[in-house]
Amino acid sequence: MKKIETIVAKEWAEVFKNRMVLFTVAFLPLLMAALPLVILHATQSSGAGNPIENNLPQQYNAICPANLSGSDCLQVALVSEFMLLFMIIPVAVPVTISAYSIVGEKATHSLEPLLATPITTGELLAGKCLAALIPAVLATDGAFLIYAAGAAVMIRSGILLSAVLNVRWLIAVFVVGPLMAFLAIMVSIIVSSRVNDPRVAEQLSMVVIVPVLGLFFAQVSGLLLINRQLILLIAILLAALDILIGRLGVGLFQREVILTRWK
Amino acid sequence: MIHTDNLTKRFNSTVAVDRLSIDVRDGEVFGFLGPNGAGKTTTVRMLTSLIGPSSGSAVVNGFTLGKDDTAIRRTVGILTETPGLYDNLSAEYNLRIFANLYEVKDSRGQVEKYLRMLGLWERRFEEVGTFSKGMKQKLAIARALLHEPRLLFLDEPTAALDPESAHLVRDFIAELRKEGRTIFLCTHNLDEADRLCDRIGVFKTHLLVLDTPDRLRSQLFGRRVVFHLGRADDKLLAAARRLPFVQEAKILENKLVVRVENPEAQNPDLVRALVGAGAEIQFVGELRHSLEDVYLELVRQA
Repeated sequence: MKKIETIVAKEWAEVFKNRMVLFTVAFLPLLMAALPLVILHATQSSGAGNPIENNLPQQYNAICPANLSGSDCLQVALVSEFMLLFMIIPVAVPVTISAYSIVGEKATHSLEPLLATPITTGELLAGKCLAALIPAVLATDGAFLIYAAGAAVMIRSGILLSAVLNVRWLIAVFVVGPLMAFLAIMVSIIVSSRVNDPRVAEQLSMVVIVPVLGLFFAQVSGLLLINRQLILLIAILLAALDILIGRLGVGLFQREVILTRWK
Repeated sequence: MIHTDNLTKRFNSTVAVDRLSIDVRDGEVFGFLGPNGAGKTTTVRMLTSLIGPSSGSAVVNGFTLGKDDTAIRRTVGILTETPGLYDNLSAEYNLRIFANLYEVKDSRGQVEKYLRMLGLWERRFEEVGTFSKGMKQKLAIARALLHEPRLLFLDEPTAALDPESAHLVRDFIAELRKEGRTIFLCTHNLDEADRLCDRIGVFKTHLLVLDTPDRLRSQLFGRRVVFHLGRADDKLLAAARRLPFVQEAKILENKLVVRVENPEAQNPDLVRALVGAGAEIQFVGELRHSLEDVYLELVRQA
């Protein structure tokens, strides 16, 4: 366990010395927290019976409680779109850190002395993974808490507040978020151990965002609605995928190949 | 300390190390010499369990390669070809990371001990990126020693260092030798190998020779005695050649160079014969070939 802690502390000491990385880690979550709050503020209801309610896609009835006015339901609908954008945080933030984790060590030739220590592959990858996962989860949770606090201040209606901060959001932020972060990190570590340029690693790792964006656009265009069942299904699928990719990551991390094939 | 038996490493169709069989004894400095691309680093990587052999076997520190890899890594120290330090972290933190990874009990004490020993204590909180090459190399040596390994692999420890830094590193290696540590030294610096190594192996994909530097010199070039004379002429040359134990004799300016099997036993007769022939001998000494001559000759023959 101490070896894992050492790797985590080392990664943080290295990564967070770079102010641009700190900025990247902080900026996106703050933006993602601010955007839905701006939307909420801009669409604050002046009362029931807004004619816009009739233009809402049918599926939004499912997420709007029956006693919610049309304009309030519109707010719920708009903010719901942001739930998926919130899911970009646990993918984008750790990739900044993890994409560099192996390829960066290759570039500075520090990987060989590191691999020459008695650290196991599992310990090394766990340390690298946690070093990226913890900031990602903290950033996502922090952004959500800012959003939740802002929403609580702005929304006076208890029904609307509970519709905006519902179980879907909680599952998305506290369950799906870490699972997605782990997936993104493992993908970037696998990519990082197989390329020679940190930029390539980062660009390739960002591909994990594509499914999230796909879900976002599918919901915006009315093809599907992220309801509680779907978010649970996503969580279960991600958990299975994480187990798979965790094993794959350890299996694909071949010390010899990494040491002898880099240029 | 190290025993290898036909240790071989192939990368696809390329044979990097071919049936290497050596024994490195406890407490010796073993020089591993060879040209670039000869397979020296690959050998070190195999012996430190960083990569696996394609065939053959090795026992390092009593542990079997491929079976006890973690134990091997725990008990050996390695100075890699490039220092591979974390440039934006301090010297002290760089060492602390590795002390933790090697599970050093008194990590703080060990870090301090080696920082002081290598003259880096005053600069311990400075980022390694600001260090000179020599300081980085010293820090990398400190890192290799934190867990007090009895067996140390040093891959080109003085490469790219200025003469002063190289001298400091060499002195430190000599100190380690005095402590009784076994050192496997890969180097291009033949003078360094000559001064530090008890035995050397010349390697070019496969082992060409393995012996002490002096024996290699003697095997390749024989032993030559040089007589500085007031005047060297054919009469003295003939007098030398008449002696049955003289293998070769030649005149170089006012010096007579004579190749003999055993100078300690045969020199008195040689001196008597030359004096008898009227030689004015000013100095007598052994003409010592450099290890570079030995190395170049061996690589040329290979």
